[in-house]
Amino acid sequence: MSKQATVPMLTGWGRIPVEGTELVSENLEKATHGAVLSRGLGRSYGDSSLPARKSDKIVGTRLANRILSFDATSGRLRAEAGLSLVEINRLFMPRGYFSPVTPGTKYVTLGGMVASDVHGKNHHVEGCFGEHVSALKIRLADDSVVECTKTENPDLFWGSVGGMGLLGHILEVEVTLHKIASPWIWLDSARMPDIDTFLTGLNEAAPRWPMTMGWIDCLATGSSMGRGILMAGRWATPEEAASAPPKDGPQITFPIDLPNWALNPVTATLFNSLYYWRHLPRHLETIVGPEPFFYPLDAILEWNRAYGSRGFTQYQCVIPRAAGAPAVREFMFLLTKLGGASPLCVIKDCGPEGSGVLSFPLEGTSIAIDMAVSPDLQNIVDRLNEFVIATGGRIYLTKDRFTRSEHFAAMEPRLPRFLALREKWDPKRKLRSAQSVRLFGDRA
Amino acid sequence: MKAVVLGGTTGMGRAIAQQLAARGDSVFLMGIGDDDLAKSAADLKSRHPKGTDSGYAVCDLEKPDTFAKALDVADAALGDFDAVIVTAALFATQDALEADIVLAQRLVTVNYANTVVFCEHARKRLLERGGGHLTVFSSVAGDRGRKPQIIYGSSKAGLSIYLEALDHKFHEKGLNVLCVKPGFVKTGMTAGLKPPPFAGEPDQVARDVISAMDRKKALIYTPGMWALVMLVIRFLPRFIMRKIGF
Repeated sequence: MSKQATVPMLTGWGRIPVEGTELVSENLEKATHGAVLSRGLGRSYGDSSLPARKSDKIVGTRLANRILSFDATSGRLRAEAGLSLVEINRLFMPRGYFSPVTPGTKYVTLGGMVASDVHGKNHHVEGCFGEHVSALKIRLADDSVVECTKTENPDLFWGSVGGMGLLGHILEVEVTLHKIASPWIWLDSARMPDIDTFLTGLNEAAPRWPMTMGWIDCLATGSSMGRGILMAGRWATPEEAASAPPKDGPQITFPIDLPNWALNPVTATLFNSLYYWRHLPRHLETIVGPEPFFYPLDAILEWNRAYGSRGFTQYQCVIPRAAGAPAVREFMFLLTKLGGASPLCVIKDCGPEGSGVLSFPLEGTSIAIDMAVSPDLQNIVDRLNEFVIATGGRIYLTKDRFTRSEHFAAMEPRLPRFLALREKWDPKRKLRSAQSVRLFGDRA
Repeated sequence: MKAVVLGGTTGMGRAIAQQLAARGDSVFLMGIGDDDLAKSAADLKSRHPKGTDSGYAVCDLEKPDTFAKALDVADAALGDFDAVIVTAALFATQDALEADIVLAQRLVTVNYANTVVFCEHARKRLLERGGGHLTVFSSVAGDRGRKPQIIYGSSKAGLSIYLEALDHKFHEKGLNVLCVKPGFVKTGMTAGLKPPPFAGEPDQVARDVISAMDRKKALIYTPGMWALVMLVIRFLPRFIMRKIGF
């Protein structure tokens, strides 16, 4: 096509671009030779899939999407790292299998799910995605290719699970899909008038439901602070489920970049109130399809354009159970006081910490909030991080774009272990991202 | 459908093969690289609950003597195929082709002469059994002589004319010739080029192509927006084409 004068850019989901290009290829073994980072569908919000400098060779994995084997008895699937969760759902849900863990979007690749060690609504029962992975094929920084499992090169395995692609390029993933009773979800949802009721509700739901999460109106203040809707669910039994499989809803693409002023405190408050009161009955039991349950935002492709050209980030942290409900209440108070929050705010009860060296969740309450870029944003992230550090919590690298390296070191006692792994598997620090430069001090 | 896909291990060919296999059609793969073909065949098998091995054969558009043999193997494996899909081709930028005349010769030979030869083999077999689908990837680049794609574009222009005339002659005999004109699609072939507006994804192109085959269409632009783009470009007068860069 024609030569274009504009500079090629790459962005994460938060649409804050950096200069660079990705080499997409079906042949990951060939393409990752000499490459410094792999990226899947670019759904991590921040800079974890972005190049440290524009000349860095970044490989796009999404075309490497072959299924290498599937065993219908055990559910064990081995595939190239670019296979997407959309495709896994499309192929295997009708056959009665589902990913053991799914994040809030299906537009992710297997490689990305491992590198982020994604968690989902079932974290308190099933842990993170990495717990269900049995083998990885990895291209190391020295360009050799190794297989690793929980017993073979286990340090490389658990370092790569949640390791943001910094120990090696993930070429192939072997994971065990779960059998599901039906392709429908039994959903139990309830309005929660304030944060304390919400936390109690989450706590009570956890032992009774395999899947829980909540949407919080983080713009409500005073006695309504932290109000929202608690959602608990399980796969419906064949008797409860409709006989036909769920139909795909209409797929809408967000048509334009909204102007930057469109999403402001007034429109956001209006949206939140409508969303809260749309759930009119205090308590509701329904059968829903997996799409609206797991992936409500995927119904609108490119919804990130709603934030306009300024871009946005997501702040996601986990506050340990030990710090208790008062810490979560205080966090919500700080958040509403600092401002900057948007309609998307999600709360979830996490189970115990997993084995991934840098894996995000730990036992406690996770809160995720979208925030548009503004002159205040760095300050908001700093203040929230200071609070989270004081509680003994931490943030999720997959969402992060603004955390300072000193804050990350303070919240991450496992960091020396991860750095030792990098020293062992990539002593020259060839593998890097814009995020690793910002947080681990890699050379730019 | 019992389909042969030449080029089914990569790009748009892979996406078509995957979607056909997922809906239960039999797919026989042709391409270069034995290992790669074996992996892709395993992939197709896993995409359907009844997953059957339908096989593969090495077939290289640079080696016309491999064509008949590969089609024999496909016939044996599928039990008389009724669809042949050709996505394989060579691509290079105009700069690269101007700099390397040997590459230019290879490209026009593969994309025009050898593709026509392959299609002649396939068409004869299909007509012998009463017809079927012959779906071949040409390109929007063949619609108008344009500065950035002089050599590649002309190879596709020749192919488009061949396919159009095949349809004219054999449509009544039951041969459904489909000429596919993809616009810019984000595949390994176009890696490193900056995608223009309306750039497509392989999966989307595959859906369009399969649906066009099902409806027995003779020509399809995909993504659909390119039909409009090319309509405008086809009518631009010479003095404008001389001035502009695309």
